[in-house]
Amino acid sequence: MLTSKEKEQIIRSSGADVTKCMRCGKCSGACPSYDEMEYHPHQFVYFVEKDQIEKLLNSPSIYKCLGCSVCSERCPRDVGPSKIVEAVLAMAVRRQDENHLKAENIPGMVEDDTPGQLLVSAFRKYKK
Amino acid sequence: MQKIGVFVCHCGTNIAGTVDVKAVAEALGKEPGVVFSTEYQYMCSEAGQNLIKDAIKNYGLTGIVVCSCSPRMHEATFRKTAAAAGLNSYMVEIANIREQCSWIHKDVKVATEKAIVLGRTAIAKVALNTPLTASETPVVKRALVIGGGIAGIQTALDIADAGYEVDLVEKEPTIGGKMAQIDKTFPTLDCAACILTPKMVDCAQNEKIHIYAYSEVESVKGFVGNFNVTIKKKARFVDETKCTGCGICTEKCPMKKTPNLFNLGLDNRSAIYIPFAQAIPKIATIDADYCNMLKNGKCGVCSKVCAAGAIDYKQQDQYIEQQYGAIVVATGFNPIKLDNYSEFAYNESPDVVTSLELERLMNAAGPNGGTLLRPSDKTHPHTIVFVQCVGSRDTTDCGKPYCSKICCMYTAKHAMLIRDKYPDTEVYVFYMDVRTPGKNFDEFYRRAVEDYGVHYIKGMVGKVMPQPDGKLLVRGSDLLTDEQLKIEADMVVLAAAIEPDKTARPLATMLTASMDTNDFFTEAHPKLRPVESPTAGIFLSGVCQGPKDIPETVAQASAAAAKVIGLLAKPALKSNPCTAHSDENLCNGCSSCERVCPYGAISYVDKEFRMPDRTTKVRRVASVNPAVCQGCGACTVACPSGAMDLSGFSNKQIMAEVDAICR
Repeated sequence: MLTSKEKEQIIRSSGADVTKCMRCGKCSGACPSYDEMEYHPHQFVYFVEKDQIEKLLNSPSIYKCLGCSVCSERCPRDVGPSKIVEAVLAMAVRRQDENHLKAENIPGMVEDDTPGQLLVSAFRKYKK
Repeated sequence: MQKIGVFVCHCGTNIAGTVDVKAVAEALGKEPGVVFSTEYQYMCSEAGQNLIKDAIKNYGLTGIVVCSCSPRMHEATFRKTAAAAGLNSYMVEIANIREQCSWIHKDVKVATEKAIVLGRTAIAKVALNTPLTASETPVVKRALVIGGGIAGIQTALDIADAGYEVDLVEKEPTIGGKMAQIDKTFPTLDCAACILTPKMVDCAQNEKIHIYAYSEVESVKGFVGNFNVTIKKKARFVDETKCTGCGICTEKCPMKKTPNLFNLGLDNRSAIYIPFAQAIPKIATIDADYCNMLKNGKCGVCSKVCAAGAIDYKQQDQYIEQQYGAIVVATGFNPIKLDNYSEFAYNESPDVVTSLELERLMNAAGPNGGTLLRPSDKTHPHTIVFVQCVGSRDTTDCGKPYCSKICCMYTAKHAMLIRDKYPDTEVYVFYMDVRTPGKNFDEFYRRAVEDYGVHYIKGMVGKVMPQPDGKLLVRGSDLLTDEQLKIEADMVVLAAAIEPDKTARPLATMLTASMDTNDFFTEAHPKLRPVESPTAGIFLSGVCQGPKDIPETVAQASAAAAKVIGLLAKPALKSNPCTAHSDENLCNGCSSCERVCPYGAISYVDKEFRMPDRTTKVRRVASVNPAVCQGCGACTVACPSGAMDLSGFSNKQIMAEVDAICR
């Protein structure tokens, strides 16, 4: 089975090894935001493994995660579901504004007192 | 000049599939000293061995090289073959062209070249071999079993049954181990004590078995057939020969607030105690940490009430030295400490207990006389949540990476027993996987679900929160309904992972027996020699080798006993003649070899030497005890003056091998 670009990207940016998951569900047992979420921490891990990233990207769950990392903290296999949620969220954000910032448009935007740091962080957020 | 024969084995296609065996035989036939070279399909077969025997006789061979599998596999076979044809069996060398060549290479050309080099190396070595003769050492007809749980008990009984003396060493005041603490056993639900205590009594009454309770192994020296062991008998402060086990001292002792370790600290006992009613030996022991008399010299009640006059506050640790032919390790296990799992609130609430603690809570001899009550307020629990795999299958640093194997079954047992005795109690079991391989095991688990209505939930508990009203709020996932459950429980039972007893690691060092990264003893072969340690004369029984339940433990215990009996039945053991020896003229007495010797085989003697000027001089030189030396070769490498050498693996031979490879 071919691995999609999205799956590769998520695995690379999260650093999570989804094959280590043994489906115990402790992450979802610990999640304080569980009832708010459509997909739950263990499903994030499973869907990445099964290459169904699209489902996760389109789910409001990625915005409901509190980022408390308790799922990763409790994980007995060091998989780290929160790292995956974070990676999917970052991918979704970048997608929304894929071409928000174009290099040629930048000079027109810069004012004298624009801090350089702002530009760097904008690039990090809005560019691949 | 040696007359060397070379025999190249095809091993079916194992070797011949990747190595051009004909080319190897032909190339090796041209090596200096080689007078005969051939190949054959299976050299280890009878026909193959006859081929070797005939060649030895017909060509008057003085040394042979067999290019075949690892020497661990068939060195002994070919040595016997040579001996049968009248050739000294240490004139045989094996070139491993299977494991180290054909199995790891794909390219025929490369593999054939390497096989030729390996063969050439063996030829260079065998040319320098000298005939060696194995000497014989007697076997002490006595076995030592370390650990008095069900594993040690069964092993001791079986060895004694064959007529050999057995010493059973147990660090606790009584034998019985973990099985004595268990209430009922799966899958038959018979009472553990009812089947264990008769075996304990058998041990005590068997005149071949000597029980050293409240004792530990202090040191181990020697080797297979002749181990020299020091046993430390810890002071009980009670004279074993006088105590009748009447128990009056335990009733009268004023120090009633001593934690009862047999009940895992769930209740208290007196400072002088007998762990449980059926203890063997049934002798009182004083807990020195709590006894007022031993701490500050004020009390002495037990001494006054003891009709037998057995109390001896001045008793000291005793050391006993004994010789053994074989040693069996049966050191057992403990549940892990749960300090790393604060999410389960084990240290916060007394109503969160481990499964072993639940055994005591449900036991008729336990703190509540067999009625299951919450430890906090002694009320009847109506909702109980079991959590499986607490610390098992955990690859973070918190727990253990392995499956503890017994938890699925004992949890099903607990759930079933509770539902049977208290039908008004709701029982939930959170599981990752239910693993029940074994005779009647899966049927047992299904009975818990189908006949007893235990709620099995595929998921894991994420958090246990003690509530102000004394309840425990359990939050866990149900992966199949895809919801998060919040259960108000009265008790939570944690199936804690099991780990080898802490005494196992220092013991392994004493025995030079190898262990894995989890501190389980390693077996000599995972499939074919499961009850022997790679160290000769050391045998393994029970959980010290890996997680197992009672039926498996008993089976392994008897297997270990059979191996011990096989060893003790031998009139003498052939010792390895490949031992170290030192050239006294070169030895400078530096002690390097003595320091590296893992077997204590090297000592130093003062010896008189004649000097060139006709004077005599006393020099300190190394001397090797060949009966103790195992031929590891550490000393030959450590020796700075090249005085130490190993028969069968001399420095000259090793250098010849290196030269042959580099040629």
